[in-house]
Amino acid sequence: MDAKHYDMGEIDIAWCPGCGDFSILKVLKEALAELDVAPENLVMVSGIGQAAKIPHYLRCNVFNGLHGRSLPAAFAIQSSNPNLTVIAESGDGDMYGEGGNHFIHNIRRNPNMTNLVHNNMVYGLTKGQASPTSQRGFKTPVQVDGVLLEPFNPVAVAIALDASFVARVFIGDREHTKDVFKQAITHKGYALVDILQPCVSFNKVNTFQWFKDNTEKLPPDYDPTSRQQAFAQACRTCEDGKMPVGIFYTNLNKKPYHENIPVYQTDSSPLWQRYRNDNKLKELIERF
Amino acid sequence: MGKSFSGIRKDVSVVLCGSAGMGVQTVERLLVRIFKQAGYHVFATKEYMSRVRGGMNSVTIRVSSKPVQAEVDRIDVLIPLDKGAIEHVQRRLTGGTLILAEPDYLNDAVKEKCPRCMEVAFTEIAKAIGNKLYSNVVAVGVVGAIFGINPDLLTDFIRKRFSGKEQNVIDENVAAVEKGYEIGNELCEQHQIRMAIEPDSLVNDQILVNGVEAVGLGAIAGGCNFIGAYPMSPSTGLLTFLAKHAREFGIVVEQAEDEIAGVNMAIGAWYAGARAVASTSGGGFALMTEGVSLAGMMESPLVVHLAQRPGPATGLPTRTGQEDLNLALYAGHGEFPRAIFAPGNPQQAFDLTARAFNLAAQYQVPVFILTDQYFVDTYYNTPPFDASAVKVEHHFVETGQAYRRFEITENGISPRGIPGYGKGLVVADSDEHDEAGHITEDLDLRVRMVDKRLSKGRLLEEAVIEPTLWPNEDFKTLVLCWGSTLPIMQEAIAVFGRDDVSLLHFAQVFPLPIDLRQTLEQAETIICLEGNATGQFADLVELHTGISVDEFLLKYNGLNFTVEDVVASLEKMIG
Repeated sequence: MDAKHYDMGEIDIAWCPGCGDFSILKVLKEALAELDVAPENLVMVSGIGQAAKIPHYLRCNVFNGLHGRSLPAAFAIQSSNPNLTVIAESGDGDMYGEGGNHFIHNIRRNPNMTNLVHNNMVYGLTKGQASPTSQRGFKTPVQVDGVLLEPFNPVAVAIALDASFVARVFIGDREHTKDVFKQAITHKGYALVDILQPCVSFNKVNTFQWFKDNTEKLPPDYDPTSRQQAFAQACRTCEDGKMPVGIFYTNLNKKPYHENIPVYQTDSSPLWQRYRNDNKLKELIERF
Repeated sequence: MGKSFSGIRKDVSVVLCGSAGMGVQTVERLLVRIFKQAGYHVFATKEYMSRVRGGMNSVTIRVSSKPVQAEVDRIDVLIPLDKGAIEHVQRRLTGGTLILAEPDYLNDAVKEKCPRCMEVAFTEIAKAIGNKLYSNVVAVGVVGAIFGINPDLLTDFIRKRFSGKEQNVIDENVAAVEKGYEIGNELCEQHQIRMAIEPDSLVNDQILVNGVEAVGLGAIAGGCNFIGAYPMSPSTGLLTFLAKHAREFGIVVEQAEDEIAGVNMAIGAWYAGARAVASTSGGGFALMTEGVSLAGMMESPLVVHLAQRPGPATGLPTRTGQEDLNLALYAGHGEFPRAIFAPGNPQQAFDLTARAFNLAAQYQVPVFILTDQYFVDTYYNTPPFDASAVKVEHHFVETGQAYRRFEITENGISPRGIPGYGKGLVVADSDEHDEAGHITEDLDLRVRMVDKRLSKGRLLEEAVIEPTLWPNEDFKTLVLCWGSTLPIMQEAIAVFGRDDVSLLHFAQVFPLPIDLRQTLEQAETIICLEGNATGQFADLVELHTGISVDEFLLKYNGLNFTVEDVVASLEKMIG
């Protein structure tokens, strides 16, 4: 399929010129095209923020819900119709801050969905406050003395929860990003991709060049099936060297959520195609 | 010893009381089923403390030759299962109360107040049979004898009830019920305490459901196939009910990490074509309000079961109240239409819950079902629900290539597409959006979208369930009530016995009927009965009709109204 299939035509895009979001959008379209995901079978779910606008710029089904709440909605969409390709995509504030509780528990459910998180270590839409992933010392109009809090480490948290697919990429390396996107989308279960990207308007510290200098790919012989190794790699931060990028961890022994519940064990049809079982209901009522 | 106490009785209330874990529930379950099997109309409700062990809980069972659907204060028979039990229900004891108690539970004060107390050494008898745990079954036997229930029915019932257990456990339980029956018979011979109740053959074909089971059955009848909920008393029963039947009926049941997730799951599920419900109580519903607003903006169907308990904040977690009408009425920022049901009996709960799914699907609005602790925990025999009378109305369309989710139509309802059904794309947004569903800041379009959403409110008004006027079309005094209070109010009016008093019960509290004013204008006096301190429903009625209520009958101590409560108040107000 051609990536143009996902183009929206002439639309007004709200991102700043030079924003990493443009590259993410382009790479995502290419990855989807190469995987032949039909737009009418794709649901993009997002919350609020600059990154959360991405579903509007890609021809597909869209559920652009509340700030921080994309994951419960995406989980429900996927488990109501497991035939859909579901991607929950938003920024670091939406997924790790406002939606932090859902981030944790959605991983525990292991729904068959992809979670793409734009991580630029700053809040864009509210104009430049710290995000959960902002590095210590990062100064903002709110964090006037610099960020004091420990940065949220989504990759380490996901591995701690035994997420079935955990990756981090830097959008500066588009080919690598596309390859990881494709693996995440085809993974059967929950797949997290934390996407490092610059914010040209509000983050003058963690720039394109900074990410380039402070990231490195996981070693070529790296084995993503070892949770211990994955955790050790996830704990490497830019404070003590370079942040690794790549697929940190996969657990292929886990079944996705919908395969674990009785609803789909003998019938794979989505819920909207089903009918009430009148005889069973009559029997049930008479049992009381 | 009053002779009137013995012989044929129409209506007897039996109260079981004890600390949590002492078997109050076991005895209740056994007795209620036995009474029903014997052909008696039966009613049961409970009040309990917010703790797993200890505290003091009580169950009121009414047994009658005629349908009984409301709680009374009066206790005819008390079985204390714990030392503190008698004190706990002291207020409700009368000189006529028969108490069947362990000898050491009865002190002189009790014996003086209730001369009809009988000493029964339940525990000693149980121990002699094999285990003190059997004392509850001994009590069942004693009560069975007093009500003149066929001993074969008792033993058969007990044998069936324990059929999964080891043989000696079955045998000992049967021995316990037989021994209890023997003791009960002896007591009857000595003290004239037999209470024979005329059975009614209609009871056999009826079902015994509590409020939350009726909501659950109604949900399944309405095509519910998804629930995301966080446990919270007193709403949890719906989550467990649907979980229990998930396999049989193909329901996705997920315990959400919080109520915020629960409501967002429900909206996501509807988006994908499922029929979802969220279930919670006031505090959890407060967390859901942003999601309710999302449903308003996305024009998503949504059904929420809100089982009320007293607040604010944690309030009285296991008690009852009708305090969350305003919460449901005004939940969610911004302006959008909604419908609120408040069933008054299990039949209404079944009908309205099923209807909630169809209404939500048809008008693409949030619909709330307001129950309360009293309602969910109360049960009585009722004719079986007719699920074939309820159609599951899907109200979604196969989309074409040019599909626009929020197409502006004449009546405000845009055909609802779902992803994966048809060639179109379904775009839903929490921002103000254009007809295709994409974000817009076109402020003229904004006005058209607001008008479109609100126009559905008028359609909801036309689809309103009319309130029940009972028993007379002509009245001088009209008592307004809503939700769980219906049967209590009905019995109170019957007991009060004046034919110029009627009740007007609202099973739908929003929107209100367009012509409500005309009905209210017929009354010389309007009384409003509600389980809250401020008269929330009366305010709503006044807002809607301009007519203010003359008298209030409010209760907010955490307990439900009883028939005696209401009768006493009516006497004071209009007697």
